[in-house]
Amino acid sequence: MSVKVFERPKALSDVIFHYCPGCTHGVIHRLVAEAIDELGVQGKTIGVASVGCSVLAYNYFNVDFQQAAHGRAPAVATGIKRCLPDRTVFTYQGDGDLASIGTAEIVHAAMRGENITVIFVNNAIYGMTGGQMAPTTLIGQSTTTSPGGRKPERAGRPIRMSEMLSQLEGAAYIARVSTHNAAQVARAKQAIKKAFQAQADKKGFAMVEVLSTCPTNWGMTPREALKWLEENMLPVYPLGELKTEPGLPEPSAVKTTVPTREVKTE
Amino acid sequence: MVRDSRQVKGGTSLDKKVAFDEDRCKGCELCIEACPKEIIHLAEHFNSKGFHPATVTAEDQAKCTTCLLCARMCPDTVIEIFRPDRVAR
Amino acid sequence: MAEQILMKGNEAIAEAAIRAGCRFFAGYPITPQNEIPEYMAKRLFEVGGTFIQAESEVSAINMVYGAAGAGTRAMTSSSSPGISLKQEGISYMAGAELPALVVNMVRAGPGLGGIQPAQGDYFQATKGGGHGDYRLLVFVPASVQETIDLAGQAFELAERYRNPVMILGDAVLGQMMEPVVLPEPADLAKIPQKTWATTGTGGTRRPNVINSLYLDAELCEKHNYKLQEKYRQMAEREVRYEEIGLDDAEIVLTAYGTSARVAISAMKRARSEGIKVGMIRPITAWPFPYEPFRKTSERVKAFLDIEMSAGQMIEDVRLAVQDRAPIFFFNRMGGMVPTPKAVLEEIRRIDHSVKGDKLGGRLGV
Repeated sequence: MSVKVFERPKALSDVIFHYCPGCTHGVIHRLVAEAIDELGVQGKTIGVASVGCSVLAYNYFNVDFQQAAHGRAPAVATGIKRCLPDRTVFTYQGDGDLASIGTAEIVHAAMRGENITVIFVNNAIYGMTGGQMAPTTLIGQSTTTSPGGRKPERAGRPIRMSEMLSQLEGAAYIARVSTHNAAQVARAKQAIKKAFQAQADKKGFAMVEVLSTCPTNWGMTPREALKWLEENMLPVYPLGELKTEPGLPEPSAVKTTVPTREVKTE
Repeated sequence: MVRDSRQVKGGTSLDKKVAFDEDRCKGCELCIEACPKEIIHLAEHFNSKGFHPATVTAEDQAKCTTCLLCARMCPDTVIEIFRPDRVAR
Repeated sequence: MAEQILMKGNEAIAEAAIRAGCRFFAGYPITPQNEIPEYMAKRLFEVGGTFIQAESEVSAINMVYGAAGAGTRAMTSSSSPGISLKQEGISYMAGAELPALVVNMVRAGPGLGGIQPAQGDYFQATKGGGHGDYRLLVFVPASVQETIDLAGQAFELAERYRNPVMILGDAVLGQMMEPVVLPEPADLAKIPQKTWATTGTGGTRRPNVINSLYLDAELCEKHNYKLQEKYRQMAEREVRYEEIGLDDAEIVLTAYGTSARVAISAMKRARSEGIKVGMIRPITAWPFPYEPFRKTSERVKAFLDIEMSAGQMIEDVRLAVQDRAPIFFFNRMGGMVPTPKAVLEEIRRIDHSVKGDKLGGRLGV
């Protein structure tokens, strides 16, 4: 007789992801679901999906979800969290969504110290639209809109969102982790759990930037993509916790007009 | 898209340590990359999605140390890991 | 009878919304509607609600999206350039079927335009504004009291149809003070429960999803049919307008909001001169009251449409009247408000024209 020691987390729906083979979105989804399971908050969690490959996240998590316009997830999450301050609210955003079209929303959610958790998936490219240059694209990295490689004189240099946001007083927890091997995935899990814990403790804004692969648009096999991430992205996007101090007190709460139901937590 | 039940295929042994839900598998090989014992390979047959699914032979199951590395790297939660109950925590 | 008090339009709309159960407001400063967020910043916290001064209009409407999706009565307000920025969120809310109140205290455009009153956003409010096939219920009040009354109903109707509702005012309506009677605060416990809201499953139900994405074209078409059926019902049930002196009218004025106030003054003077003038005043710009125009057009001699725009509502008037009667047009733009005297002169000219054999004035269309 055996004991099952690893299985699909409860907070994931029993649906096959639409992601390409080897795309680490699936790993990150699982880590978020594991954190939700372990903190016992599935019944009181509301996710906010963004626009990009993870636009269908609402199909994959077994929790309430809102789908936000491109880049606006932190604003939508702000609206939810202020109305339902005892719920767990998280956004799941890619680098095009968070670091390009949604820069104002993410910066100001952090500035206000919104008590939400942000999962920021950085794969240095636009996946869903077909491999265009992202603000996070590396110098020299070839994309469909930076053919021959990103040139700084034409398209600037990679944006480091975690470093930027960690400068804000409202940010309570900012970390950058990676998915390029199992040890890093285990670390990523700890950071994600911590970011949800920060929300439970009402510490303020928490974000985990997760370096991720895009084998399809990078034009390599999934195994090559892990190696490419490790060799090329880590020097530009160093891993670690950038901020762990407690942030501002929780922004004032709103009474909901929906009768609240008893939410059982562990 | 929603599946009614899980179909764990590939081996019938009760003391199997690593099980692959093969219809979820997209053959990306990240588990193969992760496995320190190098016992995972892609099957020759296709699954219902048209991928060669990852698998471990019944013989190689014994070599599995249940280290979880393959399961941690799997983007599609294909893998479940079982440990003999004497090491269950 | 409740006590009459003197209130500014913008503050009245804010207080009326709070009394109707609004507990979330996000907005961004822009003239001439700043009294709304300023009032909300003070009052909402007193009733256990939340006010957020957002980083942009775009963010404000998306905060309202989140709050409305969480089941809270939520609103935002702005003025023309800011409302343009909100169109993305309004389209998403229509697509995701979220109820909310959006107030536009219209100023002159295009571009930065000016801060004086105008009616140039009629097309934007009634014909779409954002992308895709959707409609908003659009109220066009003409007094502070009417604004209060409509703000009160706005949330109920927004929730009944699960659709955003817009109040389309203008700088005059927002800035002027009038004696008003405020309604009693709504009993929040009596607001129907929103079973679709994302409040957390509590482990007792399947997840709720607020979404406007349908990648499968067939499903997206089905969703659009569902929305269109809803708009058809709204068009059937929610048309509102006021008829003034139509019984014996030969010339029918039409105008909404501030230009309706001017038109009514001109109508009264024309009547005292013996000119038989009546009026149809739309209170909903969408759904537009086509029927009273159609009916009236069979027996009157002319219509006079008065707008503070280059002529936007006139297209709806023309759809209703068609060729059954001539439609004259009088307008001011860019923040200029027509005077009753100028409108009266136009009425006299039309009267002279329709009593002679020759139709078709300078601007007759």
